[in-house]
Amino acid sequence: MIDFGFGLSRSSAVRLDEVDLSLYKRLEELEPQVRTCIGCGSCSATCTAGPWSGMSIRKVILNLQRGRDIEKMLSNCMLCGKCTMVCPRGINTRHLILSLCRIYEKK
Amino acid sequence: MDKVLIIGGGIAGMEAAGQLLKLGYEPVIAEKEDHLGGHVAGWHKLFPDMMDASALIEQLASKLDGATVYLRTRVAYMNRLKDGYSVMLSNGTGLVCRAVLIASGFRLFDAAKKEEYGYGVYDHVITNSDLEAWFNGVEDFRVPENPRHIAFVHCVGSRDLKAGNPQCSKVCCMTAIKQAIEMKEKFPDAEIWCFYMDLRLFGKKYEDFYINAQRDHGIHFVRGRVSEVGEDIDGRVVLKAEDTLAGTQVKLKADLLVLMAGMLCNEDTATIASMVRAAVDSDGFMRSRDNIYRINESNRPGIFFAGACTGTKTVPETVAEARAAALDIHNYLSGND
Ligand SMILES: Cc1cc2nc3c(=O)[nH]c(=O)nc-3n(C[C@H](O)[C@H](O)[C@H](O)COP(=O)(O)OP(=O)(O)OC[C@H]3O[C@@H](n4cnc5c(N)ncnc54)[C@H](O)[C@@H]3O)c2cc1C
Ligand code: SF4
Ligand code: SF4
Ligand code: SF4
Repeated sequence: MIDFGFGLSRSSAVRLDEVDLSLYKRLEELEPQVRTCIGCGSCSATCTAGPWSGMSIRKVILNLQRGRDIEKMLSNCMLCGKCTMVCPRGINTRHLILSLCRIYEKK
Repeated sequence: MDKVLIIGGGIAGMEAAGQLLKLGYEPVIAEKEDHLGGHVAGWHKLFPDMMDASALIEQLASKLDGATVYLRTRVAYMNRLKDGYSVMLSNGTGLVCRAVLIASGFRLFDAAKKEEYGYGVYDHVITNSDLEAWFNGVEDFRVPENPRHIAFVHCVGSRDLKAGNPQCSKVCCMTAIKQAIEMKEKFPDAEIWCFYMDLRLFGKKYEDFYINAQRDHGIHFVRGRVSEVGEDIDGRVVLKAEDTLAGTQVKLKADLLVLMAGMLCNEDTATIASMVRAAVDSDGFMRSRDNIYRINESNRPGIFFAGACTGTKTVPETVAEARAAALDIHNYLSGND
């Protein structure tokens, strides 16, 4: 190997063909509606916990779809259900959080 | 010569009537309002060429010499005969015709139904349709004199299961950008914000509007759906959304909020369809034989469609369909099918 005098840092790009989607697949089974999320952000805009904790259902769903862990974020939810009222795709987001909690409990 | 009943005197009904006249038929338009032109009669300038809407209507009207036009008139009933339909209009006129063209158009979503946006409740919330009227010189106290911030909210009553309409209305992204540019020209000092979920600029030259809005007019685009709107003590509207690209909640105090109300099936669709036993589609609009090759045909003999009664359409699409329907009717009546 030639030494160029600098190292390559690991790429931060997500390898979509390699991500672990097992959590998301389990969620899909319990909450098939989750697939229809369009990432509009209505849920996160209205979230009571959002401004102080960064809670966002949109991010929860997207992170799971990209194989990332979201357990920490979940604990910020107060289960108030406001997000469910505004979702244009009619996703029962509050129920989705409960299902996720169940998945994490079993893990 | 054969009479052809046209239900609805919007641009679809007008263009079809003009073409049927040229083909030698006697079109009879029944229009429920007191004027022809339908929704387009209420618009100011039409994208993508910014043609005067009134100029288009005048052009269409100039070709109606010889057509029978009944205003403030609906169809009272229609019965199937062996070869055609016997029709009674609400003005007491009866006619028999072998072909009927349904051109009853669409209905604008009632923005007051999305209560979280405060239409009809807050002082400075209007719709796309109200803004067109204001451009046409209709006085509107909700439009302030010197707005500093103007917000446009896309997809109001479209792509929204809770509003009962999962479909995209397709023309309102373009309408929003068109109106945003027009507002910027009227109020150069105002900052203009479009809140969108996806931008759908699908037609010839439409993307040019988007580029112009960005480059020449500095219009801001925020990728997030407004979840709720309030009003502060100064009467300004306060919008709440997530800027989904930045991943942060955002708020905007605006002096005017314009809601992009969507296009729904006309409330008369089901009634008209049931009179002739034509089918209504799952989106509430009239159901065409198929949505690729036979958009103008219904599942019933002699019943044809043109324009927004089968789904959201632009003006050029509507006019093209109206011509196609006239030709379909001609082929049907002359046995060329
Ligand atoms: C805010 C807004 C702006 C737009 N701007 C543009 C633009 O700039 N460019 C563009 O290409 N498109 C634009 N469009 C789309 C355009 O309005 C439609 O393409 C057009 O109106 C469709 O014409 P139509 O004749 O099919 O329906 P309509 O315009 O809805 O006309 C239907 C007619 O039928 C009548 N009618 C309905 N029911 C009955 C009944 N039972 N009996 C008798 N008569 C009846 C109605 O009164 C009406 O006159 C815009 C749409 C909106 C919402
Ligand atoms: S409101 Fe619904 S569709 Fe929009 S980001 Fe949240 S879950 Fe997805
Ligand atoms: S249920 Fe949880 S995620 Fe939804 S709005 Fe309430 S706190 Fe936020
Ligand atoms: S055209 Fe744009 S504003 Fe209208 S419903 Fe479709 S995405 Fe929403």
